[in-house]
Amino acid sequence: MTRVYLDHAATTPVDPEVAEAMARVYRDVPGNPSSIYAEGQAARALVDTAREQVAAAIGASPSEIVFTSGGTEADNLALRGALKARRGERDGLVTTSIEHHAVLDTARDLAEHAHVRFTVVDVAPDGRVPPSAIAAAIDDRTSLVSVMHANNEIGTLQPLAEIGAICRDRGVTFHSDAVQSVGALEFDVRRIPVDLVSLNAHKFYGPKGVGALYVRKGTRVATMQTGGGQEKGRRTGTENVAGIVGLGVAMRIATERRGRESARQAALRDRIIDGVLARVPDAILTGHRTERLPNNASFVIRGTDGASVVMALDLEGFAVSSGSACTSGDTEPSHVILALGIDREAAKGSLRVTVGRGTTDADVDAFIATLPKVVDHVRGTAAVSA
Amino acid sequence: MSRVFVAMSGGVDSSVAAALLAERGHDVVGVWMRLTRANGDPDAPRCCGTEQAGEDARRAAAVLGIPFYALDYAEVFGRDVVDRFVDSYAQGETPNPCVACNHYVKFEALMADVVRKFGADRLATGHYARVTHDGAHRLLRARDAAKDQSYALYMLGQRVLSRLEFPVGELADKAETRAIATRFGLPTATKPDSMDICFIGGDYRGFVRERAPEAFVSGPVERLDGSVVGAHAGIGTLTIGQRSGTGIATGERMYVLRLEPDRRAAIVGTREEISATTYELRDVTFTADVPPAGRFRTNAVLRYRGTPLAGWVTVHADGALLDLDTPALVAPGQAAVFYDGDEVVGGGIVTATRAA
Repeated sequence: MTRVYLDHAATTPVDPEVAEAMARVYRDVPGNPSSIYAEGQAARALVDTAREQVAAAIGASPSEIVFTSGGTEADNLALRGALKARRGERDGLVTTSIEHHAVLDTARDLAEHAHVRFTVVDVAPDGRVPPSAIAAAIDDRTSLVSVMHANNEIGTLQPLAEIGAICRDRGVTFHSDAVQSVGALEFDVRRIPVDLVSLNAHKFYGPKGVGALYVRKGTRVATMQTGGGQEKGRRTGTENVAGIVGLGVAMRIATERRGRESARQAALRDRIIDGVLARVPDAILTGHRTERLPNNASFVIRGTDGASVVMALDLEGFAVSSGSACTSGDTEPSHVILALGIDREAAKGSLRVTVGRGTTDADVDAFIATLPKVVDHVRGTAAVSA
Repeated sequence: MSRVFVAMSGGVDSSVAAALLAERGHDVVGVWMRLTRANGDPDAPRCCGTEQAGEDARRAAAVLGIPFYALDYAEVFGRDVVDRFVDSYAQGETPNPCVACNHYVKFEALMADVVRKFGADRLATGHYARVTHDGAHRLLRARDAAKDQSYALYMLGQRVLSRLEFPVGELADKAETRAIATRFGLPTATKPDSMDICFIGGDYRGFVRERAPEAFVSGPVERLDGSVVGAHAGIGTLTIGQRSGTGIATGERMYVLRLEPDRRAAIVGTREEISATTYELRDVTFTADVPPAGRFRTNAVLRYRGTPLAGWVTVHADGALLDLDTPALVAPGQAAVFYDGDEVVGGGIVTATRAA
């Protein structure tokens, strides 16, 4: 059966040029970047090039890029590192109800074990965080505000420039988890007043297991792990050279293709949104209609459970997702969908469809043709032959 | 090629069921049933409902190269198996949770879902039983009588049987099952059989005590003539037909004849005092959907792996009357299953002894 992959928010296939660049590292560059001899210098040069590529893509300087094992580690480093660095001076953390678990669960852990005061700001029904609500949640002892750029489930984009301006005005460090948006959208730290930014290679056709944290010059971040002092002591441990090279190449390619791909994918996304809303009864779009990622179409389909729809579509050859990735068979509704004010029963019917570079018009047509049948079956409104 | 869903528990039997169907060219899909919530519930089922069992099932499916999904049945399992089990014990019955799980969870909830939602033509499990599809759909004992599980499947009717497959019931014995598992390279090949009640583990009395403490209040042990001969620790500790472990030393072998939950009394007696031959059955069903006759001869099995006992079944509006040729003790809550040779004809739940 031919497969149609429509879950690019979960992960993207590695670009062949990225895979080739990584394979060359594994084949030809055996050195440790910290070694002083030729093999070490060759590896160091590749890491430096990747650092330049990532920095260039977001308007940063190379010294502001810290490589990590991915988005989760970048979020942990941002929250734990920033709060630890200003401990004694400030102890407050403000975040939103729709953050990724890498932020929310880290915040809860810090509240429980590190005496951090933790405030959650609710979002509007369209998934947007009102900047005024962030302003109201900040007090004189707030250390860090963390607001994601684009939500991983509903694709809604947050007004980072406004929130960043508020943070700057109040002397608060500002972190944004931009794992879903960097690579897909322009993200320039010269225009957005943000101090810490998490990004992740496998969301833009790079390898899994490598990401980065942008740390604005002057922003203090304490290390979480101790050791040999790599990444200027901010993330110690021998560098994942091939992964970092893959991240750099993926970043460069994403920047080159971004303008054209975003427009193309947004057109596919809009066809999915219009098609689903027209052909599936009792389906609603989740998140903001226009302030959303160009590749994200997300819905709540009343009277279904998302896991069943995902399974049934899988058996028809389509890969989509219900809320966030989960294979455990545990049907708890997503905290993001609940945060939009959607009731628990309806929230179980969340469905996320995310297109990518390989998605064609024919893929979208096939999906729109198949989904209504699958929904009828899952709802039990389809006739079953005896 | 038909699409067959296989309920995979993580054990060797259901893994082999999936392997055999895949080998026959069916479009096989593995499903594992989550029977409890994930958050470290101490009451988590021990065998097929645990996370580890789910992982074992997933590994087996991966080896076979079939799609695999975990489905959540925690709600229906809690309500229709665990709660019923506890309620039944508290009322002095001896329930069979496997019968309830087959009835309400596997062959009602799961069957409905795989057919309706996922377009399955058939559902298969790793049960040791056989089903034949020649015109009418018949439920038979497994070829290996020692492993036969047809007793716990008696409630299946034509609609469900028509969509069922029990591939391992056709195998000669457990050794053949394990040999097939080894041939397919299944990691479950050497996994031990599960023995306990799946959602409890060893101590079912402790489990019931927590939920129904009233079943563990002491009461009198009496003979048939009403004389009190001792005390017991609660009717939840007693099962009709068991050798009396009720703490009385009369020198005779005593059996629990009857429980009277209203006054917490246990009635015990000697083997000679076992006189019951007639039992009322509720929730009576027939595999052919209709009884073979209003009154028919049968061999009734009254507990899992029990010996068949000859008798008559008389069907009436609310159930049926089972009239055994020789006296036997049966605990209310157990299933009485009617056999005709190797074929399961139907069955029901024992409610009470009726004086002949």
